[in-house]
Amino acid sequence: MAKIVAGVGTSHTPAIGAAVDLGKVNEPYWEPLFKGYEPAKKWIAKTKPDVVIMVYNDHVNAFDFKIIPTFGLGCADEFKIADEGWGARPVPVVKGYPELASHLVQSLVLDEFDITIVNEMQVDHGLTTPMSLLFGQPQEWPCRVIPLAVNVIQYPAPTGHRCYMLGKAIKKAVESWDEKLKVVIFGTGGMSHQIQGPRAGLVNKKFDKAFLDGLSKNPERLSRIPPLEYLRDAGAEAIELVMWLIMRGALGKKVKEVYRFYHVPASSTAVGHIILESRR
Amino acid sequence: MKLKKEAYEDIPGTWVFDAQRARKGYRVNEFLYSLMKAENRREFLANEREYTTKFAMSAEQQEAVLKRNWNKLLELGAVSYALAKLAFTDGKSYQFMASQMTGMDEKDYVAMMLAGGRSPDGWRSKSERKGKR
Repeated sequence: MAKIVAGVGTSHTPAIGAAVDLGKVNEPYWEPLFKGYEPAKKWIAKTKPDVVIMVYNDHVNAFDFKIIPTFGLGCADEFKIADEGWGARPVPVVKGYPELASHLVQSLVLDEFDITIVNEMQVDHGLTTPMSLLFGQPQEWPCRVIPLAVNVIQYPAPTGHRCYMLGKAIKKAVESWDEKLKVVIFGTGGMSHQIQGPRAGLVNKKFDKAFLDGLSKNPERLSRIPPLEYLRDAGAEAIELVMWLIMRGALGKKVKEVYRFYHVPASSTAVGHIILESRR
Repeated sequence: MKLKKEAYEDIPGTWVFDAQRARKGYRVNEFLYSLMKAENRREFLANEREYTTKFAMSAEQQEAVLKRNWNKLLELGAVSYALAKLAFTDGKSYQFMASQMTGMDEKDYVAMMLAGGRSPDGWRSKSERKGKR
């Protein structure tokens, strides 16, 4: 049976991906950040997932405003890289896993999560920045990726609790797939940040630390943080953190925190990163 | 038609992109989305007024686009990620656009971020800020 062996939480700030592409990783501004991801790169090289479920959000690239799915699951063979306005990132095409993705959709809908099926879409920095951070710059990505795009752009995003419950349903769906597969689920975005209006640049380290602590210690309580609290205390764009709760929900009750990293800033963002392994 | 005032409207310096704002900003965002294509970026830069006239946005929205009045655009329903495409079209970074929104010089904005970012203290609610003054 397929199994979700671990969860990765990480910011997906576009400037990080750009720093990789432009060879800036050793510049003083970026060096501490990339150093902080070195242990994660080693960890994932050792873990060797067959499949990554990437919970991320599209930033008005694959989806314009004609249709805004709250949860869109990518069922395609492959996902091309979007040109977000400065040319597409020079990273490999993302290979999907349509058979497993379709199974997830079927299982999730019957579990009362009304997933939107996405058979064609391009992926943006929300997905490719975490790939670069963990896998570096390979010719081809070393595993298949199932993208789960969550609307966090137009208010309201799905609640933290809804996301947490969806994570649980994803765990069940993966475990009912009859193929020996190692799956790692990513929850991306965040941490505290605001990138609009006169309040841009907001960072709340206390909030972020409590969030990272809560992931292993008390995710149930974390899932009850109301939307207003994210917006007010951690910045308008910190609502992205609900996507980390999908990741956490998919890991089951017990987890072991194997790595954590926190760094301010990447552009306007507080960067957080955590690795949690599932324990039974 | 009366809309209930949402609690998040009390957050200072912030225009939450909610359903009403998204409705108002639909055509502006459609214009911004069009800038994902290189040929459209070129056409826009060649004649900004003519290009923007093709989209059914309001005169106020169009003026705000031409003037790069970022905060006005947020208020009128543009979403920041779509606005970024306009900044990129200008050859500017997201960071540049964010600094403009705060009214800070880009250098000062970067320095603030390097020093740990903007503290939420004093920035949680409009009423709290009023009381302080």
